[in-house]
Amino acid sequence: MSQIILQAKGINKSFHDPITIQILKDIDFTINKGEFVSIIGKSGCGKSTLLYILSTMDTDFEGELLIDGESTKNKKEGQLALIRNEKIGFVFQFHYLLNEFNVLRNVMLPGLKLGKYSEKEMEHRAMEKLKILGIESEALKPANQLSGGQKQRVAIARALINDPLIIMGDEPTGNLDKKNSNIVFDIFKELAHEFKQTLLIVTHDNEFAKSTDRIIEMEDGRIIKF
Amino acid sequence: MNIKLIMTIAKSLLLARWKQTLVAAVGVTFSITMFITLLGFMSGLNDLLDGLILNRTPHIKLFNEIKASKEQPIDLSDKFKGSYHFIHSIKPSNARQEIYNNGAILKTLKNDNRVKGIAPKIVAQVFYNVGAIDVTGVINGIDVEAENTLFFFKDYVTKGIYINLLNVPNSIILGKGVADKMLANIGDVVQVTTPKGDRIQLKVVGFFQSGLQELDKVQSYASLATTQKLLGKSNNYITDIQIKLNDITKAPAIAMEYAKTFEIDAEDIQTANSQFETGSSVRTLISYAVGITLLIVAGFGIYNILNMMIFEKMDSIAILKATGFSGKDVNAIFLIIALSIGFFGGLFGLLFGFGLSSIIDQIPFNTAALPTIKTYPINYNPKFYTVGITFSLITTYFAGLFPARKASKIDPVVIIRGK
Repeated sequence: MSQIILQAKGINKSFHDPITIQILKDIDFTINKGEFVSIIGKSGCGKSTLLYILSTMDTDFEGELLIDGESTKNKKEGQLALIRNEKIGFVFQFHYLLNEFNVLRNVMLPGLKLGKYSEKEMEHRAMEKLKILGIESEALKPANQLSGGQKQRVAIARALINDPLIIMGDEPTGNLDKKNSNIVFDIFKELAHEFKQTLLIVTHDNEFAKSTDRIIEMEDGRIIKF
Repeated sequence: MNIKLIMTIAKSLLLARWKQTLVAAVGVTFSITMFITLLGFMSGLNDLLDGLILNRTPHIKLFNEIKASKEQPIDLSDKFKGSYHFIHSIKPSNARQEIYNNGAILKTLKNDNRVKGIAPKIVAQVFYNVGAIDVTGVINGIDVEAENTLFFFKDYVTKGIYINLLNVPNSIILGKGVADKMLANIGDVVQVTTPKGDRIQLKVVGFFQSGLQELDKVQSYASLATTQKLLGKSNNYITDIQIKLNDITKAPAIAMEYAKTFEIDAEDIQTANSQFETGSSVRTLISYAVGITLLIVAGFGIYNILNMMIFEKMDSIAILKATGFSGKDVNAIFLIIALSIGFFGGLFGLLFGFGLSSIIDQIPFNTAALPTIKTYPINYNPKFYTVGITFSLITTYFAGLFPARKASKIDPVVIIRGK
């Protein structure tokens, strides 16, 4: 049996403002190492909310979340930040690159924070990631001079920099045109199959979901198929 | 926490908005500049005014006060011991103003290592004769050299050469006010009358200007020997002993000790001139208050700019937190931003403050009251500079504290999902 990377145990979440609405109901599932998983569902079904709980950024929920066998319960904000830094890579709908830095620096930032490698090594590693994504030639440009597709690829490189256990994506192609979406799809597929990278992508694009190993389908805060 | 990384991020954020940063830093620079200049100028002025009195006032003055004896004859009588004595109309006896046995006192003082120097003095009441009019005045008989080393006598002789007081027999240095009244010039011979009625002619060798006009209208200076001759006294007659100490703060205690040892009246500088210290400390207080007010205003500027920056950089903060920077890191980033504005703004403030002080130091400032002063006085005490940079760091730290905490509390989920 392959190693379990992420496990959700009976996760419930409600919003209390203005009235209490339960948004996630008894979510139970696991993700194994090397799996390429997508979460689909209609908008408003709670899939993004679930992702942010799984990412440790949202701590206001009931139930338990285990990442790499470790419970996130009772962990302090600083410890959770460290988990995100070391074990989770993010790709959002929007690229969120820092315009103050060049592309290379943007990719390096989470790595420098972790501080596992020297700055020189980090630079080398960041270049390698950019090479995988085919944008090494843009490395020294300021982040705001890149096209939308390129920016999203830089964001993926940034997610990869600390060799995370899992990469989470929240509609990573949502802001891109067809052509760039396809490029990003292909990158994810390549990461999953060639580099055995665990991926968890929230999407509403069924076509994209079909090409993943496993589809978790949600409706009204419940998982209806996985 | 990786300080170097935090610093680089803070630096990039600062430089990305360099115009705002500059405005904030200029605010700090301006207030520190004014703080330094104000304090330097104010305390330069304080020193000047204090010096006006303190430089020329002995730390301790030994003299004989004209007063009635504490012990009246009846007190000595055994017969009336234990009774209360009602004595009316007591008058001081014809006590000598002279300091008795002053040779021994001077010798003891010279051997006291707490004493920096001593200058004996004779105070003689005289009348200056201006034609038919007599003007009351005082001639100070001084040990010219000691007076110069201890009380900077030379600085106040505005015309003529002070040492001529020793070189020219029967010479006098007139107070500027006295000279004006007598229409006397250097080289003229003036006539004074002693209280006993003797008339003596003295040659004017210089003018003296203390800065206190009331004094200059009355006082003149002559050598000890001339004054003794004037009064018809022997050459060991002196009325005052002026003492300068190594440590001025010990003056009251030592004065008390001398009064007891020598059985003489001793007055210390703190008692004689307490009002000057009060004036100085109030002026210093005002300068500090103004300086700190300026800094606090600058602090609000920094607070505003940091708040704006946090509002603008919401996304960056969110992604930093999403990728593993903790609230603490974000807090540190914004505190470093605030402190570097304070540090560099303050540093330039010190430089400009020094520059502005130097410029003021060059501005001519001539006043009849202060003959030794040619330009505005400035005090370059390093203490002001230390206080200035410390205050700028403290104010900017507090200005950054709340925005930084706000930034550290930003919930990345809210920002990212809000897009």
